[in-house]
Amino acid sequence: MTTMTDRKLTMQKAIAEGIAQEMAVDPSVFVMGEDVGVYGGIFGATEGLLDKFGPERVIDTPISETGFIGAAVGAAINGMRPIVELMFVDFFGVCMDQIYNNMAKIHYFSGGNIKVPAVLTTAVGGGYSDAGQHSQTLWGLFAHLPGLKVVVPSSAYDAKGLMISAIRDDNPVMYMFHKGALGLGWMVNNPHATGPVPEESYTVPIGKARVAREGTDVTIVTVGLSVHKALDAAALLEADGVSAEIIDLRSLVPLDREAIVASVQKTHRLLVVDEDYQSFGMSGEVITTAVQGAFDYLDAPPVRVATPDIPIPYSHPLETWTLPSVDRIVAAVTEMVSG
Amino acid sequence: MDIPKAHLVDMYETMVRIRRFEERIRELYFADKLPAFDIAAGLIPGEMHLAAGQEPVAVGMRPHLHPGDAITATHRPHHVAIAQGVDLNKMAAEIFGRETGLGHGKGGHMHLFSVEPNFGCSGIIGEGMPVAVGAAMAFKARGTGNIALSYFGEGAANQGAFHESLNLAALWKLPVVFICEDNAYAISVPKASSTAIPDNSDRASAYGIPGVLVPENDPVAVYEVMGAAMDRARRGDGPSLIEIKTDRLWGHFEGDADAYRSDEFKEDMNDRDPLVAFGKRLVEEGVLSEAEQAAIKEKEYATVEAAIAFALASPYPAPEAALNHVFA
Repeated sequence: MTTMTDRKLTMQKAIAEGIAQEMAVDPSVFVMGEDVGVYGGIFGATEGLLDKFGPERVIDTPISETGFIGAAVGAAINGMRPIVELMFVDFFGVCMDQIYNNMAKIHYFSGGNIKVPAVLTTAVGGGYSDAGQHSQTLWGLFAHLPGLKVVVPSSAYDAKGLMISAIRDDNPVMYMFHKGALGLGWMVNNPHATGPVPEESYTVPIGKARVAREGTDVTIVTVGLSVHKALDAAALLEADGVSAEIIDLRSLVPLDREAIVASVQKTHRLLVVDEDYQSFGMSGEVITTAVQGAFDYLDAPPVRVATPDIPIPYSHPLETWTLPSVDRIVAAVTEMVSG
Repeated sequence: MDIPKAHLVDMYETMVRIRRFEERIRELYFADKLPAFDIAAGLIPGEMHLAAGQEPVAVGMRPHLHPGDAITATHRPHHVAIAQGVDLNKMAAEIFGRETGLGHGKGGHMHLFSVEPNFGCSGIIGEGMPVAVGAAMAFKARGTGNIALSYFGEGAANQGAFHESLNLAALWKLPVVFICEDNAYAISVPKASSTAIPDNSDRASAYGIPGVLVPENDPVAVYEVMGAAMDRARRGDGPSLIEIKTDRLWGHFEGDADAYRSDEFKEDMNDRDPLVAFGKRLVEEGVLSEAEQAAIKEKEYATVEAAIAFALASPYPAPEAALNHVFA
């Protein structure tokens, strides 16, 4: 366990610190990707690492995702623990074969004889008018593929602890950080993006959800930046006398089904907030889990606030309408509890 | 310069129009993002990749274009779109996220699509190259006499799509010209750290097609090399690969601290600004006097202002319009 601390970090700095601490104790850990060295990562997840560990262990790559993500697979099965960055998750299309036919399946194909301890970091999420090739979350897509763990931190504390867990994990871990939750200087100020982070190394287990807020009237299950939106919505709902419990999944794979079921059994209502596309994704999986595990407890049909099944549009009013928002969460909960 | 005067004037005018457009977009991009830079705020939110300095690679092909020729460009697309003659009003409106934009506000600056002229671009590195191959297949099958131009950065030449596209185009002898805009940096990564050989034009030999290096960021040099490659494609003799050394005068995106390029590099780059150099040369060679260039500036600045005024006067799309256009 960790000591309490007053030191606060942004999620971005917490990720970089977690990586640095593991690199310091484990020489098999190295980082590669586009602009991870001199630039420190476009989203700062590798800030300061080049100065600390040098270009042999913090490697700027060409724009060759198939090549360097495939190389991470090769390095991982030969004694290293690579952290490889896909700059935006949206770029998966140029290298998906290495991710889902190779990284995700080698352990299975080898009958468990070969391990692939790689971390694939990637930036996800919209809300700043970067349009449909730079704004998706796509975690449902990767969670759908057997063989990958899928981690999505929402707080600085979790970001560091989950990163260290991901590096130490003997499986390929997709570590997806939401741009709007990182606390970047050039994004809108998000007070939830900064939080206490102990200086020493610690882990947060992958596959355990967190109760981000306790409540009694409705369960809101969500992940990533939507946790912050749900917290803001819950504060507004409280003023209306509605008590919302928020479950931050922290990982989609493994999915903490027990936490979902336990909370729904307590509150009797379920809202899933998912920035990913609505159909065939996380929201359906969470609702299935609740229906199977807490059917007799439900007082209302589960509801979801997600991105409708459209590419994420560029123009501000279109994008604002499209992505889950505090207003949409409040409206959905209000309708559910009054129904 | 053994080039028709009309072509030189046209290239200069287009360079001025492009540069002014980029300057005004830059001003308006930052106008309401202060005091703290917030990428999501303002008249133009999101990432903004401007092409000031790269005008020569775009205007040099312009006099050789035919109606119906297809172009695919990159995440830094404005110069090429303007050079091809994409409607400047609709392009500006798209960048400002308005209903009257090329894509009714759905695409934004990295995803500009025009039917006439036939223009497309993408935020994904190398993505336009196979598309240009397909456009060339269509032109060949339909006997239109058109060709396809595929623009990409030197960073994209290390993508699989580059090699696969070159092989297909060479194998099927397609009317494509691949144009590598070598601005020396893939965001922060210099070419020497990303590419095993100095010149991507040498990679053409692996596919048995001509590879030509244009070592200077000069519209006349681009005009000559592109003219030969485009004629070759139009004659049915197959694809070419051109690499042009160019300069990205500003950061990778607006707001980029650009700390990865040395002050010396940036000074040298600014000293060789291609718009200034070309203007000087046109005066020296008696093609356009300073007074004539000033008149061109006035006219082109007005064209750009009109486009921006059109965009700013246009309404935003209704929020629910986000649901439209998913399927045909």
